[in-house]
Order: sequence, then C-alpha cells, then structure tokens
Amino acid sequence: MNLEMTHNNNIIEVKNLVKKFDDFIANDNLSFEVKKGEIFGFLGANGAGKTTAIKILCGISYPTSGEIKIDGLDVYKDREKIKKRIGYMSQKFSLYDDLTIIENIRFYAGIYGMSRLEIKKRSVELLERLNLTHAKDRLISDIPLGWKQKLAFSVAVFHNPAIVFLDEPTGGVDPVTRRQFWELIYESALKGITVFVTTHYMDEAEYCDRVSIMVDGRIEALDTPELLKEKYNSIDINEVFLKLARVS
Amino acid sequence: MSIIKVHKLFKSFGDVNALQEIDLEVNASEIFGLIGPDGAGKTTLFRILTTLLIPDSGSANVCGFDVVKDYKEIRKRVGYMAGRFSLYHDLTVQENLSFYATVFGTKVSDNYELIEDIYSHIEPFKNRRAGKLSGGMKQKLALSCALIHRPELLVLDEPTTGVDAVSRTEFWDMLQKIRKKGISIIVSTPYMDEALKCDRVGLMLDSKILSTEQPENISKHHKNLLYSVKSLANNYIFLKALREQEWCRSAWLFGQTIHLGVNKDIDEIQLKKELRGMKDFESYEKISPGIEDTFIELMGVKGPDN
Repeated sequence: MNLEMTHNNNIIEVKNLVKKFDDFIANDNLSFEVKKGEIFGFLGANGAGKTTAIKILCGISYPTSGEIKIDGLDVYKDREKIKKRIGYMSQKFSLYDDLTIIENIRFYAGIYGMSRLEIKKRSVELLERLNLTHAKDRLISDIPLGWKQKLAFSVAVFHNPAIVFLDEPTGGVDPVTRRQFWELIYESALKGITVFVTTHYMDEAEYCDRVSIMVDGRIEALDTPELLKEKYNSIDINEVFLKLARVS
Repeated sequence: MSIIKVHKLFKSFGDVNALQEIDLEVNASEIFGLIGPDGAGKTTLFRILTTLLIPDSGSANVCGFDVVKDYKEIRKRVGYMAGRFSLYHDLTVQENLSFYATVFGTKVSDNYELIEDIYSHIEPFKNRRAGKLSGGMKQKLALSCALIHRPELLVLDEPTTGVDAVSRTEFWDMLQKIRKKGISIIVSTPYMDEALKCDRVGLMLDSKILSTEQPENISKHHKNLLYSVKSLANNYIFLKALREQEWCRSAWLFGQTIHLGVNKDIDEIQLKKELRGMKDFESYEKISPGIEDTFIELMGVKGPDN
C-alpha cells in the first residue's frame, strides 16, 4: 500500500493515544484513523472514555502520550490551528439561552472570524434552510429542543470546518426530529465535512460509514456496521454493543 | 383495580397548553409506559400525579386519593424519580440514601431487601459523592432513593435518557423485578424500543394522549403499506430521490435501509417497476410497521410544522 496516499486520505490519525488521570487510565492505547468525508460513529458505554478522547482530538486537553494528528496538525503543538478547523456540538448544546437565534448565529460566526458580509448573506440562507426565518428573533430558551439541536449543529458547521465533532447530539427527541437531524449530518458529509459522532441510539450507529466501540478505555471493535454485525453474529448494532460492553 | 385514574385533565402555562383532555387509567402492578417526544407534556402529567403541580381542571386520583385534596397521603405512597435525577451532588451515595429514608420517616435498613439488588451495584462506591458518579450509577442511586420508603407507585420520568444501551437493558430488568414485588410503575421514555417492555403504553404527542395500547397492538394504527428499501450508493441521496416521486407518501432513514410508505393508488407490480427505474436502487421488501414507523405515521397525520 502506498503510505503517502493513505496519509492524505486520513483527516484524523491516532496512534497509541494514552490518557491517564492519576492512576486511572481513561484512554488505553487507542489507535485509529478517520477518512476525509467519512461519518464515523464513536460508541461506548457511559464512562468508557469517549468524551476524554474527543477533548484531546479537539485540542482542549493534552494526551498523556501518543501521536495524534487532526487534518495534518499536531495536537501538542498546533492546538489553536486545530480549533479553527473543527466544529463542536456537545450534548448540552453550546447555544446562549438569553440570545436570540440570529444573535447566536452571528456570535459564533464572529468568533470564527467570518466577515460581516458573509455572515449576513449566509445566515439568511441558513434560516431559510432550517425553516426558522419566522422565528429568528426568538430567544433560545423559548424554542423546542428539536430546533435547538438543528441550530446547534448548523452553527457548529457554519464556518465550514474540516471536521465536526458531535457528542450525543440527539438525546430526548422524537423519531422524526432525530431523522431530520441525521439528514443534516448526511448533507454536511456530502459537502466534504468529516463527521465524528457519539450516540446512545444504536440504530443511529447504522447511519455511520464506520463505527468503533469503546469498552473500559479501549477500542474493542472498529468496522462498518455491516461487517460488525456479521463478525459478532448479531441482527443489529445494539446486539453487537451488548455483547461487547456488557460486563461480568 | 386502578392505581391511577385521570379524567379530562387540563393544564396550561400562560397561552401554552401543556395537557389537553387527558384520560388515563393505570392498573395496579402493571408497568405503564408513556412514550412521546420532548415537549409532549409527559413531565407536566407526572408532576400533577406526584402532587407537585395543580391541574386547571379535571380530576386525577392516585393510590385512591385525590391529587389536590389528599396530596399528603399521595406523597407517602409514591416514589418519584425526576428527569436528570434529583440527587444531592455534594452528598455521598450513602448520605443521599439515608437522607431520602429520613425524609420519609423510615430507615435504610427497614426496606433494604427491596433495593438490595440495585444498591449492591453501587455499594462499592458508597463513599463517593453523587456528583462524581457515571450516568448509569446515578440512575441506580436515584432509583434506590425513590424506592426506600416502599412506595405503592413508582413514577419515573425519562430514567434512561442519556444512559448507554447496557445500563438501559439492566434498568428494565430491575423494573420487572420491582413490579413482581407488587409495586406499580408509570415510566416515560423517548426510546420507542422500550415501549415493548411495558404491559401497556400511551402514545403522547402535542399535549394529548393519542392512544393507549398493549405494545404489540400499536402498529395497528399504521394503515399504509410499508417497504424497506436498499440503495447501492448513498442512502441520503436515494432518500431525496424517493421523496420526489409522486407515489411516495413517506420516506425515512432506518439504519442502513429506508422505510418507504407509498400511496394507495400504486400496486406492487407498478412500484417494483418504478423502483427498478431509479438510479442506484438495490432491493426492496414489504415489511410490517414497527413502533417507530407507527409513531412517525401518527405524527404525520397530526401534521408537525416541520
């Protein structure tokens, strides 16, 4: 295999990532790659070490050891550059409750250094696409959870990042809203944005191109949903997950 | 005998209707599931049943008592586990449990046998502060606290939201055991698959209960033909192409397939021909609708603004 080629296709490269908190090993020697434009599902039980790993990939926290490159940038040296190339949406949504929809969009776009003219033009487009033009002056605290999720995601990719990290983005909503959210994810992936996503809904794991399953700080399995089901002789990813993650 | 009896219950906050004409009956010793999205009114209903809110009109009876007049009696008999778990984060596991026991005028040792199964999972961490527990452990502690006074009825508001698939499965096993001890359970969840683990479920949407059924009967509300379709290439692109067809009634992603509902005026032979003519079509099969399909169908009938 041509080594140079594979390198060019990988937007995330993790080699022997270890993160310790005192004696506790949160990430135990993780190695994996994510390809450009891929939707990558990062699964694991509560406390398996997913959020710890995501914080390192986003340049918010240092690893204890290991080699990690994000879009070719080093997580030890280039943290500020990394932050400009990524988008991030957490389970709590990083929107400001006491700002309106349009104010949140402007605020985030401003932080990422977009020009006023561009913000103006693209926020109109965004509101139309989300069907929220009529509600643009409403406070975040007053809008339904489903709208918040879509908006939080759209804000996270507004500056056209190379990668967007989504940490449990779909908790608590109805099956239609959940699917509409995934359609937004697919749309971004088609535009070339790499999607790195965690979820507790195992049916959503099947929307991903590849899935990794973390147990107690280690990656126990990594493959396409199809091959994982085959390998673990399971009808769905839920069954694969239970087989791998159910302890004792 | 019914443990909960609700008749024509209304509740609004300003000009927002949170509950509209709710009728509900839950039998003693059953697990009743309230399934519905965020904002449907599940929490408001639970707060009325646990006497934390007063309804605008209508009546609600819990354990044989009226929620407005006899609220003190109800509070002794009901265990409530609120969404996000009402634990004291700066108290330890053990302190939380003793606190709840004391509030209800009992001792941990009096009913320990009831919670032993659940509490044994977290006992090794009994000196850890509740705020430092993982989601699954918090959930187990909150359940222990809600059970410590041996309630007749357990009210659980989204106990599994944000909890991983393993803990969710374990949690439902625990509920089955609790029910066998004669405690009735009403539980809300946004996870459709959990509906199958209840004796009966109510589907809740837009402040109303749409229907109350045994889980295996829910799909009877789905009256249209449904197919599972696979594409050779990108599912999302194929999904959009399907939606442009005039015979397409609904199309949604379901794992690695697309569930396609079609209009009644197209027969299967015609559909087969149409699908084969589409770019990147791989295969299709007729399927019977599941609970998510039915819920989506019911939402469509109600016409959500998206």
